[in-house]
Amino acid sequence: MAAGFKTVEPLEYYRRFLKENCRPDGRELGEFRTTTVNIGSIGTADGSSLVKLGNTTVICGIKVEFGAPPTDAPDKGYVVPNVDLSPLCSWRFRSGPPGEEAQVASQFIADVIENSQVVQKEDLCISPGKLAWVLYCDLICLNHDGNILDACTFALLAALKNVQLPEVTINEETALAEVNLKKKSYLNIRTHPVATSFAVFDDTLLIVDPTEEEENLATGTLTVVMDEEGKLCCLHKPGGSGLTGAKLQDCMSRAVTRHKEVKKLMDEVFKSMKPK
Amino acid sequence: MKQVLKESLPTNGDTSVLAGVYGPAEVKVSKEIFNKATLEVNLRPKIGLPGVAEKSRERLIRNTCEAVVLGALHPRTSITVVLQVVSDAGSLLACCLNAACMALVDAGVPMRALFCGVTCALDSDGTLLLDPTAKQEKEARAVLTFALDSVERKLLMSTTKGLYSDAELQQCLAAAQAASQHVFRFYRESLQRRYSKS
Repeated sequence: MAAGFKTVEPLEYYRRFLKENCRPDGRELGEFRTTTVNIGSIGTADGSSLVKLGNTTVICGIKVEFGAPPTDAPDKGYVVPNVDLSPLCSWRFRSGPPGEEAQVASQFIADVIENSQVVQKEDLCISPGKLAWVLYCDLICLNHDGNILDACTFALLAALKNVQLPEVTINEETALAEVNLKKKSYLNIRTHPVATSFAVFDDTLLIVDPTEEEENLATGTLTVVMDEEGKLCCLHKPGGSGLTGAKLQDCMSRAVTRHKEVKKLMDEVFKSMKPK
Repeated sequence: MKQVLKESLPTNGDTSVLAGVYGPAEVKVSKEIFNKATLEVNLRPKIGLPGVAEKSRERLIRNTCEAVVLGALHPRTSITVVLQVVSDAGSLLACCLNAACMALVDAGVPMRALFCGVTCALDSDGTLLLDPTAKQEKEARAVLTFALDSVERKLLMSTTKGLYSDAELQQCLAAAQAASQHVFRFYRESLQRRYSKS
């Protein structure tokens, strides 16, 4: 009976739940889905992580390679993110060149890296003007059940913390780089940007961590990326219904709480991994 | 179906963007939405081919337009907004938004409100600069672009670059809301000029 109503009038079905301040999956309006993170699972990558936000699953693999630094910034390396949304994760995507959602997500992650300075590009330089590290970050979505941006940001951060760079010395005689795979060091992660996404319903209600169904029914979305000092790296609101300043304040406070939750989870996971 | 083509060329200082609106027109069956109009935005940079950054901006402009255009009045049609960057001297996204809005009004597309784009830059001392030039944008600590609607000055779209605090965000938003008055007045004046001739 309820399934029939849901198919015919999905928005009304949702409104019935929202009136009681809850959602069909039993969560409250400000509650996130269960977040799990797994680090270092891909052996062939230099750094990896797997993040699950309820059903949404994103895996991040980072490979480090050599590259020549850009001519206008000879002491900087590169961080190249790429988000891959394939038909594997959702019926909405087709195989072929990246669709709009994948491109927007890639641009979003690139902006977060740039704005938050999570990795200082100067740390990636080996020899100014000649050699620098290039970090290729591939984020692959295995299951798209909404809130892809939060999952990608978290996966990227966890994978970056897991990356180990081998020691490189430039041999003066041959001018070639010698890589010492036995001696590795972790990247210097300066900040921890955490994304919190909201969906706007009927121009008034804000719900946190929308699932795919909720995203389709929403009239707008908002993503806030905050670091540990409460500074905002990104306020991504791609159109949709209008928000007043007061509503934005509520979002900020929720983002602060979420940041603490995520940081605690990450610290626990990394602490449990240390004895390696 | 009659094709309606309208152009507008607003300039923010030296930044200018040419906008053309085509529609409501026929839409491909694959892109058709049964109960409202399909909005498409095409942003062409001044040099080079459109890339991932353009796609991201197109999505921002399209979602902003979708929030104000009454698509339900023209189901199963497409409304295309084409933006060509003529010159870029800072505050490009805000200029694109203004161009898109005026072109939509000129084309007679039904909308529930007008919207305008405002850019704010925060430099290292925390001073607020509205409508920064390209040089100011580069030196600024943070650049925030907002799209505000004309009815209640609510925030329709926001995209930011750089680090800033919550209090600074509220400050910029308030400044942008005050500045939007000038932009809406400019819309009103240019439309009055256009329609008083004919």
